[in-house]
Amino acid sequence: MTHTSTSAPIATDGFVLHDEDRAAIAHEREHYPHPQAASIEALKIVQKRHGWVPDAAIEAIARELGVPPASIEGVATFYSLIFRQPVGRHVILLCDSSSCFLTDYEALRDAFFAHLGIGFGQTTPDDRFTLLPVCCLGACDRGPALMIGDDTYGPVTPEEIPTLLEGYA
Amino acid sequence: MATIHVDDRDYEVDGADNLLHACLSLGLDIPYFCWHPAMGSVGACRQCAVKQYKNADDTQGMLVMSCMAPVQDDAYISIEDDEAKAFRANVIEWLMINHPHDCPVCEEGGHCHLQDMTVMTGHDSRRYRFRKRTHQNQDLGPFIGHEMNRCITCYRCVRFYQDYAGGGDLGAFGAHDNVYFGRFQEGTLESPFSGNLTEVCPTGVFTDQTHSEHYTRKWDLQFAPSVCHQCAVGCNISPGERYGDIRRIENRYNGEVNHHFLCDRGRFGYGYVNREDRPRVPEWRERQRVDAGPGAAGVVGGTISLEIDDALDRAADGMRNARRVIGIGSPRASLESNHMLRTLVGDTNFSTGIAARELELLVRMNELNTRCGLPSPSLREIESCDAVFVLGEDLINSAARMALAIRQAVNAKGEALAAERGIPSWNAEAVKTLAQEAHHPFFLATPDATELDALAEQTYHAAPDDIARLGFAVAHYIDPEAPCPEALDDATTALASRIAEALMVAQRPLVVSGGSLGTPAVLEAAGNVARALARRTRPGALSLVRREANSTGLSLLGGQSLDWALECLTSGEADGVVILENDLYARADAGQVDTALQRADCIVTLDHQRTATWDKADIGLPAASFAESDGTLVSLEGRAQRFYQVFEPSYIRPETRIRESWRWLNALKVSVERQVMTPLTLDEVTRDMAMTYPALAPAGDAGLSAAYRVHGLRLAREPHRYSGRTAMRANLDVSELRAPQDPDTPFAFSMEGYAGHAEPRREVAFAWAPGWNSPQAWNKFQDEVGGHLRAGDPGVRLLGPLPGDYDYTRTLPARFAARDDQWLAVPQARLFGGDETSARAEPIQARMAETRFTMSRGTAERLRMSPGVPLTFNLGERRLTLPVAISDAWPDGVIGVPDQSGLSLVAPEWGHLEPQEVRA
Repeated sequence: MTHTSTSAPIATDGFVLHDEDRAAIAHEREHYPHPQAASIEALKIVQKRHGWVPDAAIEAIARELGVPPASIEGVATFYSLIFRQPVGRHVILLCDSSSCFLTDYEALRDAFFAHLGIGFGQTTPDDRFTLLPVCCLGACDRGPALMIGDDTYGPVTPEEIPTLLEGYA
Repeated sequence: MATIHVDDRDYEVDGADNLLHACLSLGLDIPYFCWHPAMGSVGACRQCAVKQYKNADDTQGMLVMSCMAPVQDDAYISIEDDEAKAFRANVIEWLMINHPHDCPVCEEGGHCHLQDMTVMTGHDSRRYRFRKRTHQNQDLGPFIGHEMNRCITCYRCVRFYQDYAGGGDLGAFGAHDNVYFGRFQEGTLESPFSGNLTEVCPTGVFTDQTHSEHYTRKWDLQFAPSVCHQCAVGCNISPGERYGDIRRIENRYNGEVNHHFLCDRGRFGYGYVNREDRPRVPEWRERQRVDAGPGAAGVVGGTISLEIDDALDRAADGMRNARRVIGIGSPRASLESNHMLRTLVGDTNFSTGIAARELELLVRMNELNTRCGLPSPSLREIESCDAVFVLGEDLINSAARMALAIRQAVNAKGEALAAERGIPSWNAEAVKTLAQEAHHPFFLATPDATELDALAEQTYHAAPDDIARLGFAVAHYIDPEAPCPEALDDATTALASRIAEALMVAQRPLVVSGGSLGTPAVLEAAGNVARALARRTRPGALSLVRREANSTGLSLLGGQSLDWALECLTSGEADGVVILENDLYARADAGQVDTALQRADCIVTLDHQRTATWDKADIGLPAASFAESDGTLVSLEGRAQRFYQVFEPSYIRPETRIRESWRWLNALKVSVERQVMTPLTLDEVTRDMAMTYPALAPAGDAGLSAAYRVHGLRLAREPHRYSGRTAMRANLDVSELRAPQDPDTPFAFSMEGYAGHAEPRREVAFAWAPGWNSPQAWNKFQDEVGGHLRAGDPGVRLLGPLPGDYDYTRTLPARFAARDDQWLAVPQARLFGGDETSARAEPIQARMAETRFTMSRGTAERLRMSPGVPLTFNLGERRLTLPVAISDAWPDGVIGVPDQSGLSLVAPEWGHLEPQEVRA
């Protein structure tokens, strides 16, 4: 299962943590002496359900863990893979670090731009894809590499893009 | 001690320091940003790089961050090394890449650490030619302005706000070159210490918004060493004036008291000095007796302005015609002014202007401070205590700066743990990681939950008598000789023995109590704990919180209570009264004050505020506020400190007739006695005061005499770049008036005079040193950076412990019992609004929370009350309606009444709630 299984982002007003998420956060909290340590897991739990982390969810998590919202927001904004803005149903992470750069990541990047009609940090108008650069996927032996949702691909050529994306509605 | 070799010179330094600290203490300049003497090192900004060599023969060396490098004996370092200089130049260039070119419109300009460091590093032209990253700013409330584009990401703000001051609503967001310091959502910064961000931030991200309203560059401000008048802690401040208004309050370093930090009430509460409605000329109020019913005003008729001589003549006439004139002093006025009043009316006719029940506590606190065997600690000493027991004080609200000191004491457990592992205390991030949430034992007994509860090992929320009982029990468990309260429940017994044990094993235990609850038993309990520790020959300290700037001083000076004074007037025993800087309506029941003042035939008031009392006076004499006068205050520590006049009000406003109260009172005395007026100076009054009251004798040496000179020079109140002096009165008169002369202090109303740091001096108007324009210039005045002023910290201590008299109080209160038809009203200190004068400042008013009656959930349920519903509470004749607030901590049967909310409650009192139908 990929983390992109949810549909369109929900409204931020009146955000309520899902009961399961609440339980999961409480469970994570048990693992650490200080509740703050569960911040990252809590954010991941919320993001998994909603695709991203709306403002109100930050406050909900803060309440759940008993720490100030500023501290949760500090963690959320530090990590580039916690999304604080709505993203498409599928997030494409295109690796731009050394190995992939040497194996012509740039050609792949330009092909994505052309094919999707969007740049980095943007989402296609149909909310299907969000395109983001990522600094390493640990797939240096298979560069240029990328991830779509939870699936890692590489090496990928520009020509393979249309077929690759077909699998993600 | 260790020897280090810096650029081929040898220096002796403290081996426990880091290199940056050691070099700065030697007076050597190394640029830095993220390091702060009160917050230690994190090595984040990379600005303080120096070259360190293995030995004398090493020519290669390696770059180290001086703030992260421990001092080693026989270390060879170079600040001037070319590679180190180039490295530092690169670092500042990178830091400046996104920094805007907005110094001319930036409020930090002229006292900016970033400007100083940029100049020091030699970065004088920019190569970066691209777009800069920009941020959106937030509205952070009435105190703090926000301009994130200026940020250089040193992290000092969050380290102060979160780690040092315990605030949770300011955070660091984002990563790499896109970091944002602000709140999660726009809104008022919650910490009562937010104002320190303006000095902690090395650049103009956080600036003083009250200053923005009437902005002036630091070099154009006139300063004097002053003492905060907004509570009893006695923080040292440097108020800055321009055009006859106070423009900002800066922290003034006192290594024993506030060192680098102030609370927001003190920093932003100065607005009352600038109020348009202040009395500036003497006023005479025509009075017609009216025989109206109770509550009707006793005075009708007009008010006319008078010249000084006329005012003095009329006042003297009134006083001579009176059979007996009494004087009502004030704990917000100086010792000198109170002394002059006492001299004017005579010892037997002098009241301190403090309510009887409060005065009784103040006198008792002085006795405890001198006769329980434990000294009264300075804030610096509080910070080094390793176990703290607070009885009955909500310190954030009653003595905020002390609460900040206690936070440091409790958090210093981390440094103790680090020391065991060989980690130096300055290595802040390592200490923090190790400490996690380790605290020194801290116990807190208050009626309501307080902001310090989170740090406490255990809290105890109970009625004042039960708080006292806990204290007495603790004393008993320390020393079985001390009496034990009867009928203690198991939980309280267990808590008491736990606290006793923690205090016994500590190296420097601290007991804190005070007068906020108005309950003598609470004080006596703290006294018994202190005596028990002293009898067991344990070291320790006893800190007792008083309410106002000069509460301690006035209780040492002595005099009758306000109740006595009102009774004297009401009974007709006295028919004349001189009221010094005191709004009686803020201290006693309005009806009682009305009656007393109606009976008086002659009322002379001196004040700098147009208060309800002022409006009742026959003659009102415009007194100088702290900013326009000199005098001595005694802080809750028992430290007598001098404050100096910042500016002469008549220079910009020639029509003003404002004078120091002690000067008015002397003139009044001369007029009453029909003597010839001779000039009186502060030194004469202070000397006379010190000779009159043995307890205050050392206070005569608290300040500098007017004859003090450095190299034959007076001390300058204005920085040497002070501009516009010849033009600032041009709208009034094209010829330039001679600068005002100051017969009372060694300070000149001028940029001429000594303002340097090379000659040690205790009283520093403003901190400046060549190349150091920001508050970091204080480094240059200290024996070691973050230590004490080289000439000694300002103030002399009056409350040293005397040997002997360790007898325990044996009268113990019974357990608190809630009543069926009555509720115990208990005074509740409040930071914003709880102080008479700062509550008149607009920014403070904007921060004042709505006043509410606080009660427990149980009480609210019994009364069928819910939050926000108005409730009318009756205390005898007095009556007040406020909305209800519910607190889970608050004990049943007790109702919290905020200070200065209209009930003039100084001690717990039983009262009735008005029945529902009457309310409706």
